[in-house]
Amino acid sequence: MIRLIDVTRTFHMGDQAVYALNNINLQIAAGEYVSIMGPSGSGKSTLLNLIGLLDKPDSGLYELDGKAITDLSETEQARIRREKIGFVFQSFHLIPRLTAAENIELPLILSGMPSAQRQQRVANALQAFELSARAHHRPAELSGGQRQRVAIARATIMQPSVILADEPTGNLDHQIGAEVMLLLENLHHSGTTLIVVTHDRELGARAHRQIGMRDGKILTDQHDTD
Amino acid sequence: MTLIDTLQTSLKTVVSYRIRSLLIILAMALGVAAVIVLTALGDGARRYVIKQFSSIGTNLLVVLPGRAETSGAFLGSVLGQTPRDLTLKDAQLLGRLPQVRRYAPLNVGAAELSAANRLREVTVLGSTANLIPIRHMKLAQGGFLTQGSERGAQIVLGAKIAQEFFPRSQVVGQRVRLGDSRFLVSGVLASQGESMGFNTDEIVIIPIDYAQAMFNTTSLFRILVEANSPGEIESAKKAILETLRQSHDGEEDSTVITQDAILSTFDRILNALTLAVAGIAAISLIVAGILVMNVMLVAVSQRTSEIGLLKAIGATSTDIRRLFFAEAVWLSLVGALLGFVLGQFGSLLLRLAYPQLPAWAPAWASIAGIVVALVTGILASMLPASKAARLDAVQALGKK
Repeated sequence: MIRLIDVTRTFHMGDQAVYALNNINLQIAAGEYVSIMGPSGSGKSTLLNLIGLLDKPDSGLYELDGKAITDLSETEQARIRREKIGFVFQSFHLIPRLTAAENIELPLILSGMPSAQRQQRVANALQAFELSARAHHRPAELSGGQRQRVAIARATIMQPSVILADEPTGNLDHQIGAEVMLLLENLHHSGTTLIVVTHDRELGARAHRQIGMRDGKILTDQHDTD
Repeated sequence: MTLIDTLQTSLKTVVSYRIRSLLIILAMALGVAAVIVLTALGDGARRYVIKQFSSIGTNLLVVLPGRAETSGAFLGSVLGQTPRDLTLKDAQLLGRLPQVRRYAPLNVGAAELSAANRLREVTVLGSTANLIPIRHMKLAQGGFLTQGSERGAQIVLGAKIAQEFFPRSQVVGQRVRLGDSRFLVSGVLASQGESMGFNTDEIVIIPIDYAQAMFNTTSLFRILVEANSPGEIESAKKAILETLRQSHDGEEDSTVITQDAILSTFDRILNALTLAVAGIAAISLIVAGILVMNVMLVAVSQRTSEIGLLKAIGATSTDIRRLFFAEAVWLSLVGALLGFVLGQFGSLLLRLAYPQLPAWAPAWASIAGIVVALVTGILASMLPASKAARLDAVQALGKK
């Protein structure tokens, strides 16, 4: 359960303050599938980063699962990112030196899980995302779709309650992109909250709830009735 | 993130940036190796000199005529007097001192040695039987002024001279002519080679009376005195000076040099030299430390988006600081250990090239080299590591 109350985030460009988020009030229930759409500069990525605890609001309140996040220490915020949130990026953000398996393993290493347990989890994840044959390949040796699958495996390895995807298909062709979206939607079906930022209308329309943004404000908030 | 995982992850990074890591490790290693090899050289030289100096005797005091110290004028010089010579009588007086185990008066000169149709100029030492034990010389054959033959016209030949004159025949018992006198060869020195620039293989030793007669002198070149024990060296020195002062009508015109004092002086000088050389080598370690800092700063900016990602998947600032820190520690540690091995290998080469030089790096130098390498590496990584930890996650993710 995500709750934003009167959240504002400003950036300074020269001596001018730009509102990336202007008094946002938003509530997303656990297990929802939400798309956030809007032109570039509308604040949708800032909103995502804020929900993912990568960014802090200048004012306002952010509650995650009933707990105010804004006053937590850096270390506690890192722990929440690790345990509750999974990020999927447009440019995958895989570490080029590490193999697919090692990339997927990273969040587990950060959590301090013992090695034997990690190997088991990674093997399961590789299988679930049909990457077992590619486990020991580096990102450079993988196709775009495979890379994004590795990234999704990494985002879900800690079994987070929220998946935040920022243009997850932006670097993929249409068909592969559709496959990746199916993977993400499968996660949603198993109970994970899925928030997708995109400017692709078709993609955004797949979500059960569509939020339209412009100039740091929520313009539309549409729920599908199904 | 556990410590072991941090170390493993950073080691993986070090290994994957192979060329970069190798170069920085090499820089570190050369610095440590330089410290080790140069201190091995300095300390080897020190030990070589000390050994050479120790080999000339034990608890040795050398008495020489004249005052070596320039402080305080020699009163006699105003009246046109020169310092009194040391005589055999002085030597005998010193022999009676309780602190003195034995003594040997010494005269040095050059004369022509001829025998078996050969002729050459040799350095002649005139002394007593005690010279041999005091100067730690060894006889390969025969003896010198042994009991019952104290007054004989005996001569001891250096190893090389004996070999030159009598290559094939028995040496002891041969008759030789030195200057205008005839001598009976009573012994041959064992070959010892050069020591303190004085080659005992090319000298001859004759009794002091004969030497004084041959060189037409009554004064002595030196008196060598061996004290009973190291603890008595200082009191022996005082007693000797006092005895000679009385014998010389109250004039302090002799100098006593103790082997100890010379040894410790050399020791100090050469130790200081070793330290100075080590210090110069240590500068290269500081340079290597700066290289580590530079490399790590480059790494931080190269891996900015990676740092952003690590933060996104839940790494704390501490995790990231430790990762970069551990990376620098690996580089320094491997560099230091490699440098240690290289340094020991270099010292080994030195010892092989100069067998006389005991070029072993002292333990403190090896430890200091490794510690300085680690400390500079660690200090140098602090700035880059905290720079990485402070990066803003959103901005870092945006970087490519």
